[in-house]
Amino acid sequence: MSLLAKVEELSGENLYACYQCGKCSAGCPMVDQMDLLPNQVILYVIRNDESVVEAKTPWICAQCYQCGTRCPRNVDITKIMEALRLIKLRKNIDYLKIGKVKKNLPQIAVVSATRKYTG
Amino acid sequence: MEIAYYPGCTLKTNAKEFEESTIEAFRKLGIELKELNKWYCCGTVYSLATDNLMYRLAAIRNLIKVKEEGYDKVVTLCSICYNTLKQANLMAQQDEEAMYKINSFMDEEPDYHGEVEVLHPLEILKGMEEKIKENVVNPLNKKYAVYYGCLLLRPKEVAIDEYENPSVMEKLVEMLGGSVVNFPFKNECCGAYNVVSDREAVVERCYRIVGNARKNGADAIVTSCPLCHFNLSEMQKEIKKTDFVGLPIYYFSQLMVEAFGGRKCKEK
Amino acid sequence: MQRKMKMVRIYIMGKEYRVPEGLTIMKAMEYAGYRYIRGAGCRAGFCGACATVYRKEGDYKLYADLACQTTVEDGMYLVQLPFTPANKAIYDLEKIKADDKTLVNFYPEIARCVSCNTCTKACPQELDVMDYIQASLRGDIAKAAELSFDCIQCGLCALRCPAEIVHYHVAQLARRLYGKYLAPKAKHLEKRVKEIEEGKFDAELKKMMKKSIEELRKMYNARDIEPEEEMPTESD
Repeated sequence: MSLLAKVEELSGENLYACYQCGKCSAGCPMVDQMDLLPNQVILYVIRNDESVVEAKTPWICAQCYQCGTRCPRNVDITKIMEALRLIKLRKNIDYLKIGKVKKNLPQIAVVSATRKYTG
Repeated sequence: MEIAYYPGCTLKTNAKEFEESTIEAFRKLGIELKELNKWYCCGTVYSLATDNLMYRLAAIRNLIKVKEEGYDKVVTLCSICYNTLKQANLMAQQDEEAMYKINSFMDEEPDYHGEVEVLHPLEILKGMEEKIKENVVNPLNKKYAVYYGCLLLRPKEVAIDEYENPSVMEKLVEMLGGSVVNFPFKNECCGAYNVVSDREAVVERCYRIVGNARKNGADAIVTSCPLCHFNLSEMQKEIKKTDFVGLPIYYFSQLMVEAFGGRKCKEK
Repeated sequence: MQRKMKMVRIYIMGKEYRVPEGLTIMKAMEYAGYRYIRGAGCRAGFCGACATVYRKEGDYKLYADLACQTTVEDGMYLVQLPFTPANKAIYDLEKIKADDKTLVNFYPEIARCVSCNTCTKACPQELDVMDYIQASLRGDIAKAAELSFDCIQCGLCALRCPAEIVHYHVAQLARRLYGKYLAPKAKHLEKRVKEIEEGKFDAELKKMMKKSIEELRKMYNARDIEPEEEMPTESD
């Protein structure tokens, strides 16, 4: 299955609707830490460029829904980031090593991080 | 009036003061928050994949418990719990196929189809202006920057107010006698769970958000989410930039308690 | 006339055997010729060594139970008695604190619990396993200790958990923390132990040790006995 088909199936979003306006990247709060901008991620997926799966961007996404809410074409990039994370997690490749979780963090942080970054 | 209350794990540990102050403030307004007998971790951040039903079980199971105890409404304070429960509830009401699978898997629980309503306390306070004003004995006299974070306002289907320009918490602060300072980061994410895996990113967000609030004249930041509170207050200690001066972070219910004549909010 | 023994058909690791009905899984496997050198213990449902999984013919469900307590049925698909591998966190009970983060600090994987309830369904002691893991996650050590009290550490919950939690280790830490730090202390016990250490009863004990067997017997028969509870009889 091609990368584009897999991401479309997991996210349920139509990536071809994106016309690269960049509003998502403009609104993203975590963009300083990213190597690929959200709108670039969409372009890479459409072109079936597998290197996007190795990028840091999906793993710094905070699932704040800012991108999806602002998109003029109603493409929810939050779901696309989740799809890219799941492609790795479902192969048993975790991003967060459970043993490295710092002690005494609030339960809410530990539960959400393990939910998003471990498979 | 009694209403079911779902705490969530963090309200029982790091954010005990949020729970205590909200129960006290609501009691003054005549609403009793009754904690559920059985509740489980909601699973936090809602799982977005089209096929990932297992990660939504926790939220649905909690809503079933609310229904079993005889309530048709449940209020939750934590923004993440509110967002997760509300999105799961929408799925229960709209996606029949998914609910068929979930109900069949959870064969030890009764079936659920979205019968419960999920509320946030700020939504309940919207219609209670008169009651709030008559309970204010000690008006707050400071300038507050109101910080919503992301999950109370997005996605649009679960927003408690207008998602780009909300005003419900501002109105509350003004009713309590404080004045509000507008700042552009009020609905931008604090970095959330990245505090576990990429602490530096969250420290940077804390610097930007708190620094900007102070620049716009705020004496304190008011928030509604335990994770935002943790990120914005604890991460201040890790900021290394020399031009940074911090601000105290309060929950909106702590302001209510202070204005109603109760315990004053601690200075930093 | 001797009644013919009714036999049932079972499968052990895929091979069919006929065993007398009414045997437990453990006895049935021994009847079929298998010998246990591990995985068998008290044979009375208390030690948790013989936890096993099995399926029944025509039924998709995966059952989990103790081999010494479950009777074989016709069409059962059995397996060797599996052992659940599990890591235990290293801690010094004297040095750790009993606060609301202790359990999550030592076992952060409990944050992965998705509330699927598979552990509760697998437990042969019918404990509320998911409930005590959730209590541990939110730092309620007392509740976790109370709900997990009858756990025999058979490992079936940990074997089936999709989040790869080892429930019984978490529960054991909870019970240890509760017993050491949170359980109310019996003040009269502490007082009595102190009295013994101070030698308050030394003279009396020495006197008793000098007595003869007959005198001791007389003293024993004349000792204070708690009044027995009246058991209801037929006429009541």
